[in-house]
Amino acid sequence: MTERLPIIKTYKLAIGGKFPRTESGRTIEVHDSSQNLVAHVCRASRKDLRNAVESANKAQPSWANATAFLRGQVLYRLAEMMEGKRLELAHAIGENGEHEVNAAIDRVIHFAGWTDKYAQIMGGTNPVAGPYHNFTIPFAMGTVGVISPDEPSLLGLISLIAPVIAMGNACVVLASETNPVPAMILSEAIATSDLPGGIVNMLSGQRDELVEHFGSHRDLIGIHAAGISDDHRTTLRLGSADNLKRVTIREDVDFNDDESCEGPNWIDPFVEFKTIWHPSAV
Amino acid sequence: MSTVSKSKNQSTNGSESNVQNSNAASRLDLRAAVGGGIFEYAPAPESVRPEIADAYGLFIGGEFVEPENGNRFASINPATEDTLSMIAEASVMDVDRAVQSARDALPGWAGLSGKDRGKYLFRIARRMQERARELAVLETLDGGKPIKESRDADIPLAAAHFFYHAGWADKLNYLLPGRTPQPIGVCGQIIPWNFPLLMMAWKIAPALACGNTVVLKPAETTSLTALRFAQICQEVGLPKGVVNIITGAGETGKAIVEHRDVDKIAFTGSTGVGKAIARSIAPTNKKVTLELGGKSANIIFEDASLDQAIEGIIEGIYFNQGHVCCAGSRLFVQESIIDRVVEKLHDRMSTLRVGDPMDKNTDIGAINSKEQLETIRKYIGVGNDEGAIQHDVCQSELPEKGYWCKPCFYTGVQPSHTIAREEIFGPVLAVMSFRTPSEAISRANNTPYGLAAGVWTDKGSKIFDVAKKLDAGIVWLNSYNKFDPSSPFGGYKESGFGREGGRHGLMAYCK
Repeated sequence: MTERLPIIKTYKLAIGGKFPRTESGRTIEVHDSSQNLVAHVCRASRKDLRNAVESANKAQPSWANATAFLRGQVLYRLAEMMEGKRLELAHAIGENGEHEVNAAIDRVIHFAGWTDKYAQIMGGTNPVAGPYHNFTIPFAMGTVGVISPDEPSLLGLISLIAPVIAMGNACVVLASETNPVPAMILSEAIATSDLPGGIVNMLSGQRDELVEHFGSHRDLIGIHAAGISDDHRTTLRLGSADNLKRVTIREDVDFNDDESCEGPNWIDPFVEFKTIWHPSAV
Repeated sequence: MSTVSKSKNQSTNGSESNVQNSNAASRLDLRAAVGGGIFEYAPAPESVRPEIADAYGLFIGGEFVEPENGNRFASINPATEDTLSMIAEASVMDVDRAVQSARDALPGWAGLSGKDRGKYLFRIARRMQERARELAVLETLDGGKPIKESRDADIPLAAAHFFYHAGWADKLNYLLPGRTPQPIGVCGQIIPWNFPLLMMAWKIAPALACGNTVVLKPAETTSLTALRFAQICQEVGLPKGVVNIITGAGETGKAIVEHRDVDKIAFTGSTGVGKAIARSIAPTNKKVTLELGGKSANIIFEDASLDQAIEGIIEGIYFNQGHVCCAGSRLFVQESIIDRVVEKLHDRMSTLRVGDPMDKNTDIGAINSKEQLETIRKYIGVGNDEGAIQHDVCQSELPEKGYWCKPCFYTGVQPSHTIAREEIFGPVLAVMSFRTPSEAISRANNTPYGLAAGVWTDKGSKIFDVAKKLDAGIVWLNSYNKFDPSSPFGGYKESGFGREGGRHGLMAYCK
């Protein structure tokens, strides 16, 4: 019996709840550890990034406006969908794949639970010296650019995305450059979860080409990155200065360590604290 | 001129202190500033005259030292154009000395028990209260703001800021769930000229509470209260080098930002400079908080309490001559009430008194500097050129010397007009109308800024709905320009990042 000829899939980008090919028509070959060709991914262009940001900004307000309870439900649903794709994800990750998928799913669960607790822990009332009711509430800030580390390809990306979307932001993600396939499989899980289209937009491509444009895009309000070079860090921050993006670059993070990758401090950089005053005397 | 002579008579017949103070009053020939019509006031000048040295040094390592290159510049009273004192200009080498001194002091200060750090801050707060009168007068002489504002707002709030943060110093382990905050290190802090002592308190109090040491630069036109604060640090025995105050202009600020041994930059000022700072520190790992400009919207709905709203609008834009980053400089009025609002604004504004900042009755003092006055005049010119209608209804006669600008407002303003888009930082209000709440929200949000907003309506659910949808870090409902040390302050978008005040302000000073 002859061996079956496998189909080599081309993973497309995920933008606005759809899976378009890159407008540039470029693809990148993906090889496994034995250098066998296993897939193609799109090599996203600046134009793809701009389309993704546009979709994200369109989708973001209604996601932010969803109740905290609902956002938690949706994130939990995402974990369920990832659970269904455990083997596919683990296979795409390669070595230790199963362990990494488990950790990634559990991380989504962790942040799913923050959606309706973060404001209680990090907001509050302020006892001002006067007849005013004064309180501070966290709000989503908009669309955040996420630059994923190469490794761990799935867990790193999930750890950067989950705290961003939990409080109602949208994101445009650049997947791991060395192994983008788990990210693209994740985007298929996301498409079948209840997360509205456009909240997580996934691009595969090259940091050398795209980091600059993440930094300079004026409709991104924040950056969450890990595993990037010093040059890319500087490029991101220089571009970000033009519209005063909130830039958070995680350095020396052990993504396998729950204690250092979970908690409200991962959400802090991606909310705006709004303080509201109202007279409380007539 | 009848106003003036009448005022003189009232003054002579009035309280004894007014007679004693006639020298101070005549020193500034400003009494003509009292408005005409039914509101005539006798001059009521503040009598305290704090000592001002002919020249000041830099406060480094707990001592006043000479600037390395000996350069000094004049600090002017903007109400008289008199030179108050000569201020040292810190060079790159002076900045280095100050940073070194802050670095040397860091282990001792961070290592002190929270309780003891707190007690130093309590001491500072108490001395500021005790010297409040002197500080208020200095602030007004140096910056031009009305004495009633420096006396009732700037100085008490600055002292309150130290009180509030003093109490945090030994409670930092309760600040953030699951985290044990550590100080960041040496903080370089650069503050503006609009609320000199208050902005200094906003910067220094949380930094010190968290165990950091600081190098602070006041704005070049308003150094005097910061230097007086340095004396208070000496008085209360604050360990040397914990607070360093170096004076100078942009170059000095740049040297602080670029200094390799500064761990955190905190800046309050223009968005342009904020962006330059963000660019300058891009290759480094310095932490930064920026509190920048604004073009904040005040929205009045037809169901608002109109008289209350008018007071809030006046407070919102004309407080401190409009030199307020969160000034409510765009007024959106629901179409059905625009005529009444404009009429009431007109009436209320015609009673505002512009003049001698040292007079306790003055509503609007001197513009902080000649440069700022030119900026405001440029915007007024552009407002007229672009076709908006200027309402210049202020009755006050302006003194001959000094930097003055009558408050005004514009109607017929298009969203594309420069005066509706750019921060003027002066007593100029752009009035526009809207029809529906969603139109008001989208127009209010249609700006790169996002510092503050005001909403006026007596409908509870509407006011919270609008508050939720406004992109602004502070939203005042049926009020405006309220401040408190426990209340976080800071902006969305290009109004900067980080918060100052409250629990959230402390997060910016620990890691």
